[in-house]
Amino acid sequence: MPAKGATRVFVQALALLLAVVYLIPVYMTIVTSLKSPEEISHLQAWSLPASANWGSYSIAFRRFAPYLKNSFVLAAVATLLSASMGAINGYVMSKYPFPGSRVVMPLIVFGMFIPYQSVLVPLFQFLQKTRLYGGLPGLIVVHVVYGLPITTLLFRSFYAEIPDELLGAARIDGAGFAGIFRYLILPLSGPPFLVVGIWQFTQIWNEFLFAVTLARPDAQPITVALANLAGGQAVSWNLPMAGSVLAALPTVAIYVLLGRYFVRGLLAGALKG
Amino acid sequence: MHSRRDELLAVLVILPSIVLLAIFVYAFIGQSIKASVTDWGQRAALSLNPEIHYVGMQNYKDLFTGFLGMRFRQDLTSMIFFTALFVVVALAVGLGLATLVDHLVWGEAVLRTVFLFPMSLSFVVTGTIWRWLLQPRGGINQLPTVVGLPAGQFLWLSSREQRLAFDWAALPHYGCWMLAIALGALAWTNFRRARPGTARRQAVATAALLALAVSGVARRLAILDFPEMHGFNVAIWGVVIAAVWQQSGYTMALYLAGLRTIPDELREAARVDGASRFQIYRYVELPMLTPITVSAVVILGHIALKIFDLIFAMAGPDHAPTSVPAITMFLKTFRGNEFAVGSAIGVVLLVLVSLLIIPYVSTSFREGGDQ
Repeated sequence: MPAKGATRVFVQALALLLAVVYLIPVYMTIVTSLKSPEEISHLQAWSLPASANWGSYSIAFRRFAPYLKNSFVLAAVATLLSASMGAINGYVMSKYPFPGSRVVMPLIVFGMFIPYQSVLVPLFQFLQKTRLYGGLPGLIVVHVVYGLPITTLLFRSFYAEIPDELLGAARIDGAGFAGIFRYLILPLSGPPFLVVGIWQFTQIWNEFLFAVTLARPDAQPITVALANLAGGQAVSWNLPMAGSVLAALPTVAIYVLLGRYFVRGLLAGALKG
Repeated sequence: MHSRRDELLAVLVILPSIVLLAIFVYAFIGQSIKASVTDWGQRAALSLNPEIHYVGMQNYKDLFTGFLGMRFRQDLTSMIFFTALFVVVALAVGLGLATLVDHLVWGEAVLRTVFLFPMSLSFVVTGTIWRWLLQPRGGINQLPTVVGLPAGQFLWLSSREQRLAFDWAALPHYGCWMLAIALGALAWTNFRRARPGTARRQAVATAALLALAVSGVARRLAILDFPEMHGFNVAIWGVVIAAVWQQSGYTMALYLAGLRTIPDELREAARVDGASRFQIYRYVELPMLTPITVSAVVILGHIALKIFDLIFAMAGPDHAPTSVPAITMFLKTFRGNEFAVGSAIGVVLLVLVSLLIIPYVSTSFREGGDQ
């Protein structure tokens, strides 16, 4: 509901001011990443660089390339698997409820809220016993399994909106469980796959706890590499800032290009939203 | 109707997911609980067939009342303060932003994007950026110099100052007071709502608790042999600022979605009755947003209780003033190989998060049947 009269100017001005405040960290990150190490004197933190020094980006990129690749492989594979399994689960949960499914669903959903610290020690042990500890396959398994609650929940609420009459008609035409999924449900699943895919990719790309505890150095995702770089004392700040930009780029790009779907996942994750 | 064969097939395809979650969530929680009542740690941790003994609740006792649990107790205090501050500030800022954006004449899409985009970042990126901004001589403290003022001196993350200190040993005493106040308030509302029976029982309980607290009996029930002060570490403010920057857009999106679902007829009806714009906001719109506030408190609250990456990236795991239980769990388990103690901390976190999540999840699935 747009404001009227004098409040209109006030509202507009205040919102713009706040937007500037929210963008301060972005400005500082980019400005710092483009400065030369000598120029990052604390007394000129806010000034623009004398000349753009793209060197930090090439150093950061060379340093981060293997970890960026790890994150891409991890996020892409785990997203694909957990979304596919979530689609099948959501199909069953919404269209083929079985005895006990009303109890099973909240139990599944609870899994996305637990603090992972409460399963971390047995998980660590399990991965060691199955020889999955330390590598990307192990991390992929972990992200697929712990991604199942949210993907199942999201697909379930999408599929619940497909009218049952449509399924009935397909059944009369002779389609069974698999046929209905293949020829009726899947063709309607573009938007949900986009929402779930974006959500999972962002979550897995940004994840840190599993990454820092379950991966050996050569399999570490970008979040761990960035935390290690910024946590080291000797580095001058242009590098971590350039690294932050590189680490943020994929998810920010997804958000800017496909924001609508990103927000839908965000709201659906709040159960009632 | 579904054929028997299709019903069987449906159960068959969902079974692998259910089994995986049963193992990775519930069986692992069970194993954590089991590990937390043992002495599994240090040398025994790394051997193939470690010798592990059952020690009952000893690890929990040590964490809450033992000499070595001091760091954990401050962590827990910091976590509670962080959660309270983060949830309240993020809700207030989110509601403010949603109200502003809802009243915008132009530029709504752009501004909404600006406020929400930090949500797409990882806590590690947010933490790295704010670590730099909140350095003692970093961007935020230098901000006043841009307009010619002297630089700020505030130690955002490295301050060792502690406020609102309280004695951990006297927790039963404080607990008595708090319970008395809560029960007293309940008794008063029940009295006002003409439920004298309930009110009387609650009043008696309040009086008993007050007697315990005032007489000093509760104070003598000290849970430590020595006074031990804990409180709000001022350094937590830095973490709150970064967390609010990242998450307030989310609350804004929730509230904005809520504001948009309020039917215009309601506003129109209020306007016809002579309500001002502010009155419409205060008495029509805000009350309709209460369910969203509940959702937001639960979601933000459980994020705050688990907070780990942000603090790790902002201050590192070894910086005690900003530490929380999740950080100490990491250090104990993966640096100290104290698997039993690490499991115990994980279980404590699970209990705290469950208090918030279980009522929320179970009511969400009960309400409206299917959804």
